[in-house]
Amino acid sequence: MTLISLLNRMPGDVAIGIIWGIMALGVYLTFRILNFADLTVDGSFATGGAVAVVLITTGVPVPVAMAAAFCAGLLAGLCTGLLHTLLGIPDILSGILSQLALYSINIFILGGANKPIGVGKYNLCVSMLQVAPSIVVAALVAVAIIAIMYWYFGTEQGSAIRATGNNPAMSRAQGINIGLMKVIALALSNGIVALAGSMMAQFNGFTDVGMGRGAIVIGLAAVIIGEVVCHALFRKHNGFILRLTFVVVGGIIYYMAMGFISWLRVPTDGLKLFTALIVAVFLAVPYLKDKANSSFRKAGRRGENQ
Amino acid sequence: MIEVKNIHKTFNPGTINEKRALNGVNLTLEDGDFVTVIGGNGAGKSTLLNAIAGVWPVDEGGIFIDGVNVTGLSEFRRAKYLGRVFQDPMTGTAADMQIDENLALAARRGKPRLWGWGITASERENYREMLKELDLGLEERLTAKVGLLSGGQRQALTLLMATIQKPKMLLLDEHTAALDPKTAAKVLATTDKLVAEHNLTTMMVTHNMRDAIAHGNRLIMMDEGRIILDIRGEEKKRLTIEDLLHKFEEVSGSEFTNDQAILSK
Repeated sequence: MTLISLLNRMPGDVAIGIIWGIMALGVYLTFRILNFADLTVDGSFATGGAVAVVLITTGVPVPVAMAAAFCAGLLAGLCTGLLHTLLGIPDILSGILSQLALYSINIFILGGANKPIGVGKYNLCVSMLQVAPSIVVAALVAVAIIAIMYWYFGTEQGSAIRATGNNPAMSRAQGINIGLMKVIALALSNGIVALAGSMMAQFNGFTDVGMGRGAIVIGLAAVIIGEVVCHALFRKHNGFILRLTFVVVGGIIYYMAMGFISWLRVPTDGLKLFTALIVAVFLAVPYLKDKANSSFRKAGRRGENQ
Repeated sequence: MIEVKNIHKTFNPGTINEKRALNGVNLTLEDGDFVTVIGGNGAGKSTLLNAIAGVWPVDEGGIFIDGVNVTGLSEFRRAKYLGRVFQDPMTGTAADMQIDENLALAARRGKPRLWGWGITASERENYREMLKELDLGLEERLTAKVGLLSGGQRQALTLLMATIQKPKMLLLDEHTAALDPKTAAKVLATTDKLVAEHNLTTMMVTHNMRDAIAHGNRLIMMDEGRIILDIRGEEKKRLTIEDLLHKFEEVSGSEFTNDQAILSK
């Protein structure tokens, strides 16, 4: 438990943080833009890893395998979207159903509960054996996805998705097919999540069906940490690009905090507990700050002084 | 021309809450007709508007816009023919989006929304000019979030959005009811101006008899899901509130005696 060991593990934590940050961009799309709490991501993250590992180990080029992982995520999101829009299942429940179904599907894809890639045999895009180049590649992927999201949400279709998330009644009155917009957004979101899953599997050198467990909470953690930090640094001057960037920054901060906690020799089984605590704290801070500014107790004290 | 033919709508059929909201409504609006709709609570005013807008399917009857049967079209598919302003100023706009973005969304009503820019620089200039006409200072706040605007400003913006592409019909659902009297008057003046400018076929539901008389060229009164009065032209121009109250009593009064007659049999 030396400082050196903490410093040594930092670069790797940054790389993993960026990958979680990419996943969190997918979560941001549904949670913040579409206003839909999508729990599919726990499943689709592992699906991305499973599809990529199976394809890479059968000799498919890595970029193709990652594209396939993205497409598998699209399909997972599509299913959630159809459960919600065509069958009228409430948003959280349709995500939970997809997540559960994906657990079995992921085992079918992998042919088991986990599978190693065999590092060194393939030209992986990220790997824990080459941390520095991995950070660069992961950051480039993040930048590309942010750029594409920035463009897309400025288009007519992207604007329609934003309107759907913001005010469904108004959107219908303006001729927007809100069911279609939800399905498109859920598909794209899970595509991004699965792509991140394919990167996580490559970085770790293996994949596991349980890899995505808690991914939604980690995604929310990144989104919320990013928002709090972005607001603290830039106040009201936070454009869309900055907000997306800080989602990834939030992922990095989150994972470095996790790294710090592991460095304190907290048993790894306790990490999820800490994740939940961190998210709870970051969710509570803005609320409590607001409360502190206008509380009944203070008003009561002022009233007594009259 | 808008034709509403014998439409019926019953909510919660077969339950204790069954409500026959529309009971055979027939109405034909010529192009440029501006009809105001009055009636008591539960008379079916807003229900008629929602039936035309396609918020839910009607049980019976048909709705035709310029000869096109829209009865089977869902709300968002019908939207290309219609401009709508709601009672709640929150309903008509996307609060977290900018003023110009809201206008751009409305400008694309009924068009395929693909990967072209959601808003262009030249559009933005047009919007600035249009907002100037509203005289609310919104042209200076083109990129402000709509959530920052007052109720009156939001209703004026929603009106502009509803008419930015000339709709076949403008539907106003008590759109000034949530505003203070001064703001309401301003929004109504804007309404009249936009309707006259584009010669819009308009239906305005209101609780305010004075407004119903002062605006439009035609007035209908509803009761129990039916149109019980239809006044237009010169007769509408000469109408006073007393006349209207008298007619209301006359019509509902005669219905009342009819009910008694049925019960006493």
